Amino acid sequence: MTHESDERRIEIECLRYDPERDETPRYQSWQVPFRDDMSVLQGLQYIKDRLDGSLSFRWSCRMAICGSCGHMVNGEPKLSCHAFLRDYFPGKVRVEPLQHFPVLRDLVVDQSDFLDKLESVRPQLVPRQPRTLAEGPYRQTPQQMARYYAYSQCINCLLCYAACPQYGLDDGFTGPAALALLHRYNADSRDVGWAARAEVANAEQGVWGCTLVGYCSEVCPKAVDPAHAINQNKVASTLDYFGLRKRLPPRGGDA
Amino acid sequence: MEVIRCDLVVVGGGGAGLRAAIAAAQADPALKIALVSKVVPMRSHTVAAEGGSAGVIRGDDSLDQHFDDTVSGGDWLCDQDAVQFFVERCTEEMVQLEHWGCPWSRLDDGRINVRFFGGMKVQRTWFAADKTGFHMLHTLFQTSLRHRGIERYDEFFVAELLVEDGRARGVLAIEMASGQPVRFASSAVILCTGGAGRVYRQNTNAGIVTGDGMGLAFRQGVALRDMEFVQYHPTALPGTGILITEGCRGEGAVLLNRHGHRYLQDYGLGPPEPWPRAKAMELGPRDRLSQAFWHEERQGRTIATPQGQAVHLDLRHLGARRIHERLPLITEVARTFAGVDPVTQPIPVRPAVHYTMGGIQCNRHAETSLPGLYAAGECASVGIHGANRLGSNSLAELVVFGKVAGEHAAAFARSQPAAPDRSLQLQAEAAAQRLLSLLGRERGERVATLRDELGDCMESGVGIFRDEAGMRAACDKLAGLRERWRAGIRLDDRSRVFNTEWLCAVELGFMLEVAEAMAHAALQRRESRGAHVRLDAFQARDDRNFLAHSLAWWRGDDAPRIDHAPVVITRSPPQTRHYGGAGNRAQLT
Repeated sequence: MTHESDERRIEIECLRYDPERDETPRYQSWQVPFRDDMSVLQGLQYIKDRLDGSLSFRWSCRMAICGSCGHMVNGEPKLSCHAFLRDYFPGKVRVEPLQHFPVLRDLVVDQSDFLDKLESVRPQLVPRQPRTLAEGPYRQTPQQMARYYAYSQCINCLLCYAACPQYGLDDGFTGPAALALLHRYNADSRDVGWAARAEVANAEQGVWGCTLVGYCSEVCPKAVDPAHAINQNKVASTLDYFGLRKRLPPRGGDA
Repeated sequence: MEVIRCDLVVVGGGGAGLRAAIAAAQADPALKIALVSKVVPMRSHTVAAEGGSAGVIRGDDSLDQHFDDTVSGGDWLCDQDAVQFFVERCTEEMVQLEHWGCPWSRLDDGRINVRFFGGMKVQRTWFAADKTGFHMLHTLFQTSLRHRGIERYDEFFVAELLVEDGRARGVLAIEMASGQPVRFASSAVILCTGGAGRVYRQNTNAGIVTGDGMGLAFRQGVALRDMEFVQYHPTALPGTGILITEGCRGEGAVLLNRHGHRYLQDYGLGPPEPWPRAKAMELGPRDRLSQAFWHEERQGRTIATPQGQAVHLDLRHLGARRIHERLPLITEVARTFAGVDPVTQPIPVRPAVHYTMGGIQCNRHAETSLPGLYAAGECASVGIHGANRLGSNSLAELVVFGKVAGEHAAAFARSQPAAPDRSLQLQAEAAAQRLLSLLGRERGERVATLRDELGDCMESGVGIFRDEAGMRAACDKLAGLRERWRAGIRLDDRSRVFNTEWLCAVELGFMLEVAEAMAHAALQRRESRGAHVRLDAFQARDDRNFLAHSLAWWRGDDAPRIDHAPVVITRSPPQTRHYGGAGNRAQLT
């Protein structure tokens, strides 16, 4: 049980924008009582439930796996369920929509551009020789799986796009999460689809759009390391350019 | 009002909805399929499933054993024809996911590894570390992108099922970004909207799990079946209800009370050694484990935490390597949300509502009683879970019955002549008007006030243990809450653009009606079975009177009517459920 005397209050300031009413975004602050285990998301929920029901934001799983609740928290891209009020106290917490995306309303951004990019990298397994269901699963050793497993952990939370200065300058850039997903399939021992994905990877707006800042990997809540995935594909893309890709040694499990 | 014409509407973009859409597109590439969801598919609650998905693969396992574990786990309330159909199709669906790229955990030689879950005689759970639902969902989503027939409508909130001449003919939805009503005109509808765990205060479910699809079908006269059976997962974090997977116990974790005692041995699940051992102690079924916690708490043997009473889930003896390899998500969750490192400290856990065994009545072809309406996944009651779902059957259910629903709905949609449009349009306009009128209310209560009272009322009246007086009180309370909802919710938010407060009010309407079906079905079941356990005069299972499904029928503003229908028994007559007892130590892989 929390005692009144234990209760601390923190200022939460949110960007507000309702295109039906506001010409430009504005900020609004609330004082929110909090316990040590309360996330920024729980702070936003407290506001919505008790203080102002008109504050709009996305959330769902509250355990950092659905990727819904990414926001700028004091200027950094964070999952708000995974950031804790105690870490900002006694200062205030400022919550804003993820940067580099158009704002629909309050903390809600338009994510359609990102979803189109995910689709563009052809994130489907292309087997050398398709198996029937009766033939059972492909074999894949834990070592083979380790080559792509980290890149399969992306929850599509968009934090890396908010972190990426290149995407901020030019949203034509395919971007970190989508390119990491492209690499996830390229690096899978069951897959031979790299040629079909090369067009996206090798394009100006593909891996070469990246200028190696690496902030994407820093903000990733799932340690996907998109910067590393992109740079591995720069090597592949270069070999491709010189027609050398085929000379790469075969990978275990390719036979 | 905008009208979107298509052949088939799939409501919900989680595991079942995506599998249904892919199956329909494969069955007929020319079909126009609208995949309509209130969230982007990857946000669906399938994503949070951790432990794994059932499919017989080992030489020492068999379909018969999967059948028997499911039927006894369900306390003989399963439709055995549906269970047989299900177990025969689980493994091929797991293989299908593998062919689509799902990173199932492997043995050293590259074959699929499987783990134990509670109530299982042999290891049968396919897993992708402890993020199985996440990997299944993303694999299905990425696969769905290659099918041109599937058109996604992300963040469209479905508020009404449209029925004409006794057939499902589409839905009315609100486009969340604009607040505009949109009518989807189709020849068939598949509901894949998930469960209703959010009607309880402490639950493992995402915020979106509000029973919308159950409410949509219910209001159109389709029965909700076996709604009194609500599963408490025995291991969730106190306070938040965040799930700590059964996979932990499948790997050998133990549950300890305040005295460091493995208390499950005192509840008919022992002896504790040898450990691990199939269908015993911590690998007993979820209903029994949750009930044991309740007794321990009553006897003062649980552990006080700032978030309430808990017991300890101890993984330490598994060692850092196995914990990190097999349970990475749990490690992260325990560190972040409970402040403990499972390598060096036990995790505080307690039961929380996890799963709705009941749902929209349908047969094993996913057909409901309303022609053109199909249901799959947690929102459906196909009859495989009975009174207590066996862990790892729910992910398998998504893909097995998602596929079935997609194929059957595709064939049905193709066979239907176009519906007369005018009356459907009038229906849709009337529904839109009702929704929009919510925005203008000047007086009323806050959404959160009613939602919290609902959660507390279900927790106290229709919880792990139940009695006549408590269930009656819950029914009365729910009638009062429904009346207050009708009297008016006052919204702070009058905007049409991404107005989540407005949609929460609509969700609350569904939640109240679904909760009422649960409470009334519970009250009418005068026996104890599976997850429905009474402490009054009905503490025993009563096969003579209640080897029967409950059916709840919607009656407008009045409480639902409850009646009962027979259970299909094919080869397994009801027996006493038996867990614990002597047995060999299991070899974990």
